[in-house]
Parts: sequence; C-alpha cells; structure tokens
Amino acid sequence: MTVDAATPAEPPAQLPPATGSTGSRRAVRFRDYGILVALIAIVIALSLSTDTFLTRSNMINLLDQCTVVGLLAAGATVCILSGVFDLTASATLAVSAIVGVEIMRVTNVPVGFGAAVVAGALLGFVTGMIVVRSGINSFIATLATSIIYRGVAVVVTAGAIVYPLGSQTENFGALTWPSLFGLTSATVMFVIVVVAIGLLISTTTFGRRVYAVGGNLEAAQLSGIRVGSIHVAAYVISGVCSALAGLILASRAGSAQSTMATGAELTAIAAAVIGGTSILGGEGAIWRGVVGAFLLTLIGNGFNLLGWDTIYQQVLQGCLILFAVTTDRWLRRRSR
Amino acid sequence: MSTTAPSISVRGVGKSYSGVTVLRDVDLDIAPGEVHGLVGENGAGKSTLLKILGGVVRADHGTLSFDGEQVTFARPRDAIAQGVSLISQEGALVPALTVLENVFLGRWAQTAGVRRAGHDRKRFDELIELTGFEVDPRARVDLLPTGVQQQVEILRSLARGARVLAMDEPTAVLSEHEKDNLIALIRRLADSGTTILLVSHFLDEVLAVADRITVLRDGALVTTDDAATQTPRTLVRQMVGREIDMLYSTPDPIPDDAPTVLSARGLRRGPVQGVDLEVRAGEILGLAGLVGSGRSETLRLLFGADHATEGTVDVDGATLTRLSPRRAMAAGIAFVPESRKEQGLVMARSVSENVALSSLPRRRVGPVVRRSAERTAVDTVSRLVDIRAAAKDAPVETLSGGNQQKALFAKWLLCSPRILLVDEPTRGVDIAAKSHIHHLITELARDGMAVVCVSSEIEELLALSHRVLVLRHGRPVGEFPRGTAKEVVIAAAFGDEGEPT
Repeated sequence: MTVDAATPAEPPAQLPPATGSTGSRRAVRFRDYGILVALIAIVIALSLSTDTFLTRSNMINLLDQCTVVGLLAAGATVCILSGVFDLTASATLAVSAIVGVEIMRVTNVPVGFGAAVVAGALLGFVTGMIVVRSGINSFIATLATSIIYRGVAVVVTAGAIVYPLGSQTENFGALTWPSLFGLTSATVMFVIVVVAIGLLISTTTFGRRVYAVGGNLEAAQLSGIRVGSIHVAAYVISGVCSALAGLILASRAGSAQSTMATGAELTAIAAAVIGGTSILGGEGAIWRGVVGAFLLTLIGNGFNLLGWDTIYQQVLQGCLILFAVTTDRWLRRRSR
Repeated sequence: MSTTAPSISVRGVGKSYSGVTVLRDVDLDIAPGEVHGLVGENGAGKSTLLKILGGVVRADHGTLSFDGEQVTFARPRDAIAQGVSLISQEGALVPALTVLENVFLGRWAQTAGVRRAGHDRKRFDELIELTGFEVDPRARVDLLPTGVQQQVEILRSLARGARVLAMDEPTAVLSEHEKDNLIALIRRLADSGTTILLVSHFLDEVLAVADRITVLRDGALVTTDDAATQTPRTLVRQMVGREIDMLYSTPDPIPDDAPTVLSARGLRRGPVQGVDLEVRAGEILGLAGLVGSGRSETLRLLFGADHATEGTVDVDGATLTRLSPRRAMAAGIAFVPESRKEQGLVMARSVSENVALSSLPRRRVGPVVRRSAERTAVDTVSRLVDIRAAAKDAPVETLSGGNQQKALFAKWLLCSPRILLVDEPTRGVDIAAKSHIHHLITELARDGMAVVCVSSEIEELLALSHRVLVLRHGRPVGEFPRGTAKEVVIAAAFGDEGEPT
C-alpha cells in the first residue's frame, strides 16, 4: 500500500503556525492578568453595593490592613519563586518584634526599630543556613525551625507581653501615624519595600537566578549559580519582611508578645498562590503576592461593609484559594 | 479479549493543541503481527499518533477500528483493555517498588486482598523465558539502569496481555548492546504474533526491523510503504520534503602547534575509576563506552559538577583547585549536560532568560540586568546556532527538542568558553537539527575550541571526533583515530570477553 499523498518539489516552510502562537499567547495573557480582573471586579461590586467602600477613610484603612499580610506575602513569594517555603515567617515576626522592643527599652525608638529589622535578617539567615546545610525539605526544616523560634520568643518574654518604656509609647506608635497622602506610615513603608523587592526580583541578575533556581535547581547549579546562597538570600529577604510586619503589628498594639500573628505564614503562602505564583517554584511575581494579599483583605473588608456575618469569612477565603489554584491549573493545562 | 493481535485501522484522525494542528486526517492500516515503523522529524506527529492509539491523547476527529469494530479510547485503560500497551519515552514505573511489583502493577495475584507473590513470581519467570531478559525481580526499579527499566516496562506490557506494543523512541536511552537486544526482541515478539508500532529517529534501526514504514511530515501522512523498498536516503527525503546532506560534518585537522588545553589525571569517583585524558585546542575528543562505563560521570568531574575523590583537572597546565561549576566556568569550561529537561534548561522560563542565564554577570549595571544588551546578545547567538522559536519570550518548553538543544548550546556560547564538554549532543533531536549541531561543533573546534563529546551513538562519535577514547568500568581501555571501524570500538567497549557487565 502506497499513499503517495504529497511529494512536493518545494521544501515546506518551517515556520511555526501563526494561529497557534497567538492562541496560546492569549491564554497566557489571560492567565497573567486574570487575578487583576478578579480584584477589579470585587472593587467594582463593593463600590456599587455600598456607599462606604469608596470613601477616603475606608481606602486608607484597607491599605493599612493589607500591609502585614502584604509584607509577609512578598517574603513568601521570594522564597516560593526560589523553590523553598518559609514557615518561620510568623515566628520570625514575633521574635524580631520582641527583640526590637527589648532593645528599645535600653536605647531609643529608632534603634529599637532598626534592631528588629536586623534580628529579622539574622533569623532569616539562620533559617536559610539550616535549610541549605541540613538538606532537609524546606517545608519540614522551616516547620521545625519555626517551633524553635516561637519557643525562643516565649523564653525571652517569659510568656508575658513586653512594652516599650512609658516615655517611648507615643513614638512607638509612629507606624500608625498619617503620612504621605494621608496614608499611614506603615502603608508608605509597605509600598516602598514591596516596590524595592519587586524591582530586585524583576530587573536584577539576582532575580534571574531566583527564578532559575526555583524552576530547575540542577540546571541552575550547572549554570554556575550558587544555589545555596540564593536560598539563604531568599530567607533573609523573607526575614526582613517578617520583622517589618512585626513592627507594624507591635506599633499598632503598643506592645509585642510571643503569640503574635500565629498562623500568618500560611495566609502569606495562600496570598502568594492566589496571586498566581506557582507553588512548584520558578513562576510568578512579587506583585502577584501583593495582589493576593489585597484580595484576602478586601474580602474581610467587604464582609464588614456589607454587614455580612463574618463567621462565613474563612469559608469564603478557603473557597477562593481553591478556585485560584484550580483555575491556574486549568489554564496551564489548556495552554499546553 | 482474544490473544491474537487485531488488525487496526485508523481513519481521518486529527488533533490540534490550542490551534496548532499536530496531526491531520491520518489514514493508516496495521496488519496483525507486523512491525510498523513511524518516522518523521520532531513535531511531525509520530508521538501524538502513538498516544492516540495508546489512549493517552484523544483525537479531535476520526475513528479507530480494531478487527473492523470501532473503538473509543478515552483513557489509557480503554486501550489496555484492547491489548494496546504504550511504552513512552519517559517511562512510567513506580521508582520505589521492586521489579516484580512493577511488572504486575495493580494486577497482583491476590486472595482476599492478600498478595500472592509466589504466583506472580511464576508468571514473571515465564515472561523472562519468553523475552530472554536478565532482570532480578527483587531489585528496586529506581536503582536499575535505564535500559533495564525499559525491559521492566516491556515485561509489564506483556504481563497485561498486550497484543499491540506501541514504543516511542525505545532505543534513545540504550547502549549499542542493549539496542541490539531490543531489536532482536521486537522481531521475536512480532514472529509470535504481537503487533509492534515503533517510533524512532534511528532510520537504520527502523529499516532493519520494520515490515512497513509510515512517514509523517507536519502532521500529515506522506507515505506508507514496505521497508524493503526504502533506504535512509529515500526516507529522509520524504520526511523533510527535500534532499538534505546526511553526511556528518568532518572536523578540520588540528594545527601541529595547538597546545594542550585540558588534561585530567587519575580522576576517580563512583563509577569513574581513574581516567586520564588530554585535549588540544581545536581537537574533538570522543568518549565512548557502554551505559555505566562512567562516560557522563567523567564529564561531570571535569566540570566540577561532582567532586572527584582523587585526581586533578588542569587547564593550560594549571591545576584547578576545589573545582566547582563556577571555577570551571571561570577557567573557560562549558558543559552541555545529558538531559536538557532535567539538567539543562529551566523549562518554564523564556528562551532568552535561559540563553542568558550562565553569562548574566557579563551584561549588567551594578545588580541590574542590561536588557538591551541581553536582547542583542541572545539574538546574535540564536542566529548563530539557528534557534527557531516563535518568540524569544516564549517558554523554552514550547520549543521542539532540536531547538531546545540549540538553546542549550547558545547559552554556553555566550560564555565564550575555550573548552566545551558535551554529553549526548543530539539525543532526541530531528535529523536537520542533528546535522546542524554537528556542523556547529566542528565549526567551534575549527575556531580553536577544545571539545570533549560523549555519545551513545558510536557512528556519531567516530564521524565527529579526531580521537575516540573508550571507557570500560570507568577506565580508559583504548584510543582510536578517525576512520576506525565501528565494530572495533564496540569490541573495546565490551572488552575482550564481549561481556557487558
């Protein structure tokens, strides 16, 4: 049987079919910005259904609420991009805030704030070294490390709440003060830090290496990238973010304690994933983590404004996470 | 399910992925017990057709009939129920289970939920007798060499009563000796009535074993013809639609004054048991050997990807201390690894990011990447190695195997190395890309690059290299100049006894 269907004299053009590339690129586009569409839809819905949403004071409040989860989500995103998890985030937050307050008591407020950030960076470094040197899966290694950090927080405070000196109380609340455009100084700090990390990841050689290490560890290694250093750096960034988030919480409360922000590390990872960062590493962006954090905050805010019973809030948030990850998976399979 | 192979008829089968047609209106008849070869360039649709027959992929339109009865394969188990068994490129074994457990995976003999391993063992021995394999049923699958893992997959297919074996590039991961065994087995199975569908890039293998050969091009069936009427040349013409130069590129002679650039003394680690080698500027050294002879491991030691427990690596006469990939790169060494998917490329990232990755520090202002310089560099090197991609910002996984391999070369050329270590330069790439890569390697050598090339294809090594060094059990056992007969090199790889161990 010979099916001599085609023996063309002309060589066939080896061009990729144009329809295919645009088709798949459209899927990529939608996948890229689907989360922003969702965010805008909720903003529009809330603006239309309440009088209170689109007011200046609510916006200021909303952004301020977003800062803590937003900072943690940015740190979590850096770690996830590089292919590791940081479950120490909230424990690091508590320890740094406590260290900040303790140092503050013997010095002054700015030094205390600085000490908290340094503590966050050091704890991140230690976490990173534990993960890299032990070679244990980062999920397990940081889970264990986070328990140690919480323990350290309990030991340092003896389980009590720590306050700055009476004379420092007013300045300690500085992060809640209004600042640029009436936004709280916490919000301004958050924006600056997130933009800085976003630029670091998207424009620098370090950022490129983070994506490469998370996307294919072995290929990165064989390309001469020091994989361990990249991971440690990711944990240091996450540690600094945690410390800043801790300062915001402590500044609001006027104190720090060992049980601060328990469980927030999981909210941060959820925010990163909702934003569309791949849990497998190597794909995603900082702005995605921030958008994810914003979406979670927005839901809480919406519940309040609409007068809905907040006991359903967690159910909805959980559904949102499932929906985000399922959509992501579906779009990915389709574009392949 | 009957035990004789069905006659399969494929009518008007087509498949598209997000608008790209990968298979269009294919009509094909496969007789019971025939060995049917499917050939074509990468992206011609061979694997897709095979996956449709194996129930892994659903056709968009068209019908499949077995013995005249129309069948619908919605999932692999539907195909298995019809006796079709797909043996894919990647392999589908459970790594942590034993050979015996894998062979009867999910179909273990049991009484009230308790496994009867003895019963399985008896059936296993019968299969071993049929196939002539030497596989320890108690061995853990992930500790076995690739060739043996493939045998386990074949055993499993047979244990499931496969009447049709669909094999996708079965010889790509095998050494010469294993290939010969597999070819013999295919013949034996076909003689006993099993239908074999064989997708392969190796035309001489297909020609040697197939009864009939179907050529696909750009998703369409070009011809189905008796293997006896075809030659490699006619097949290639049908595959690419034109004559291409099938001859390997020939390396230029090495200048007499070319200095020794890379040398290694007494390298040891794991399977590498003391390797000495020397490469001069402009020289291509081929490293041959069976799977497990330590060829790839030697390259990894030279690059510092693994640390040698003993021995030294010298570049320009100076010993590299505490060798790591970074230090090797600083000394001008580049390493194109064996598996582009696992070791070479970050599949989800773009072509340009991948190409730029190992030379990032060359194009930066402070910590920031200079995008325009990067674009220029990537474009230039892409043209040099001829990467065909719809867009440089498309994920590298959307490229064909040949273009991915070229991207891998491009990445290292941007580091302007003086020594190139290449492991399996053309595995799983189509003929046009292969010829291009060979040409590229000889060009680089002509410009003074020292090249060490590992390949399981002896012909490739003999054609490409100035010298071929044969390793056996991690030791160099012979060195052969260009033009040595293939059989001589293979004999050296096996050793005097001719025993592969």
